[in-house]
Amino acid sequence: MDAFISTYVWPGLIMVAQSLLLLVALLVFIAYVLLADRKIWAAVQLRRGPNVVGPWGLFQSFADLLKFVFKEPVIPATANKVIFLLAPLVSVTLALATWAVVPLNDGWVIANINVGILYIFAISSLEVYGIIMGGWASNSKYPFLGALRSAAQMVSYEVSIGFVIVTVLLCVGSLNLTDIVNSQRDGVGTMIGLPGSFLDWHWLALFPMFVVFFISALAETNRPPFDLPEAESELVAGFMVEYGSTPYMMFMLGEYAAICLMCALTTILFLGGWLPPVDVWFLNWVPGIIWFVLKASFVFFMFAMVKAFVPRYRYDQLMRLGWKVFLPISLAMVVIVAFVLKLTGWSA
Amino acid sequence: MGLQALFFYLFAFVAVASAFMVISSRNPVYSVLFLILTFFNSAGLFLLTGAEFLAMILLVVYVGAVAVLFLFVVMMLDIDFAELRAGALEYAPVGALIGLILAAELIIVVGGSTFAPEIAKNISMPIPPVSERTNTAALGDVLYTHYVYFFQIAGLVLLVAMIGAIVLTLRHKPNIKRQNISQQVARTPETAVEVVKVKPGQGI
Repeated sequence: MDAFISTYVWPGLIMVAQSLLLLVALLVFIAYVLLADRKIWAAVQLRRGPNVVGPWGLFQSFADLLKFVFKEPVIPATANKVIFLLAPLVSVTLALATWAVVPLNDGWVIANINVGILYIFAISSLEVYGIIMGGWASNSKYPFLGALRSAAQMVSYEVSIGFVIVTVLLCVGSLNLTDIVNSQRDGVGTMIGLPGSFLDWHWLALFPMFVVFFISALAETNRPPFDLPEAESELVAGFMVEYGSTPYMMFMLGEYAAICLMCALTTILFLGGWLPPVDVWFLNWVPGIIWFVLKASFVFFMFAMVKAFVPRYRYDQLMRLGWKVFLPISLAMVVIVAFVLKLTGWSA
Repeated sequence: MGLQALFFYLFAFVAVASAFMVISSRNPVYSVLFLILTFFNSAGLFLLTGAEFLAMILLVVYVGAVAVLFLFVVMMLDIDFAELRAGALEYAPVGALIGLILAAELIIVVGGSTFAPEIAKNISMPIPPVSERTNTAALGDVLYTHYVYFFQIAGLVLLVAMIGAIVLTLRHKPNIKRQNISQQVARTPETAVEVVKVKPGQGI
């Protein structure tokens, strides 16, 4: 019995506690990411943004949460009830499930699995089901058309994200996310004789891939300028037209969890994860989690600025960019990187 | 081992039950959704045997891409499934025969080592122990090092099939306005703008 408790019960309890801690931290982070998104957008347009609830509007997201929860959920009479309610659940569950393998610091990860990056890729390729199911179950033309557009967009950009990930894997030689970060301790900077610094991270060595990944991440998470699925001014709200109150909030939560995941993934793949920007003692002394959050927040700031600056793409332009520009570039880069690594013998 | 057995029975039961629902549910969209659940649980079974790479690839390829296409087709096409189902019993003997052959082959493959223990020594590419080589690397060895030509040929066959599908469906309609990005970008004020002096009361 003691063996049973020590092998299953305690590790299980610890894992549950870790997961709860991560989830709560993540949800609070998402609440402030939402606020930051609106504040940055407002600042670019010389508005104040939400500023009424709490000091500087800091509690706005929580007020929104309460508002959504206390509203009446309306289910259309002709909708397929089970799938209609399942769709937001699927999208939010999958978006949160990916976080199980994200390392926030050296060893700070719930499941340190060998194929971590593939796990993230697999689960985030499933997020399209929340959208298709929601659009279909609403049993109405507009959500269905919105769902089709959205699904086609997400499937298209997954291809180039896959190839970007492959180039990074070629350089690292491992699919483990912790290994990917640790391999960025030395790179271009140390090769030309500098001490470890931000020049070692993959963003410099694989700069074209960094750009492709950033733009594909925008498209994959349906962020402006690729927010065609729910282009407010032309499509009402795409696949979410029939949704209100808590189910709608869950779709939004899933969307922002996916956005935060993309920020974290950019940080891990290209910006050196929890590594300090320069390898000196007082920066090393700062906990890695702080560097990680700072970098992820910086990537999100870029996401928000793009939203504020760039006009929306037309649908055919979006498809052209995905299939005729990014796919050839990323394919060519996979071949080039593989050749360079093989010929120079830099590969791990 | 207790926990592993528990998860095995969980995944196996859900996989079989949802596979049954795929063929028995009336709504084709439900069928596809149950098919996805089956894939998911098969991936879980792969994970339990230590084949983590195969599990993830199963999710990426089958659930993330193939099943999405299935779902699109089923949602978009207006197929009268009741009519299709009416004639299904005629094909039952053929289906049963195929099922029987598959079952026999499975039994031979799985039970082979029990009947003839020396068969296991004849495997040309035995899986190395997990401690020596992760199964991602082991699969890479087999596919990209030992059998790279066969792998490339298989890829070429798929490429030909893809090109064939594109050729069959591609139609250039003459009256469609297309955007030529390079032409647009190459425009200069000289070629794009014309300044006209308009005299009052005359127009152009």
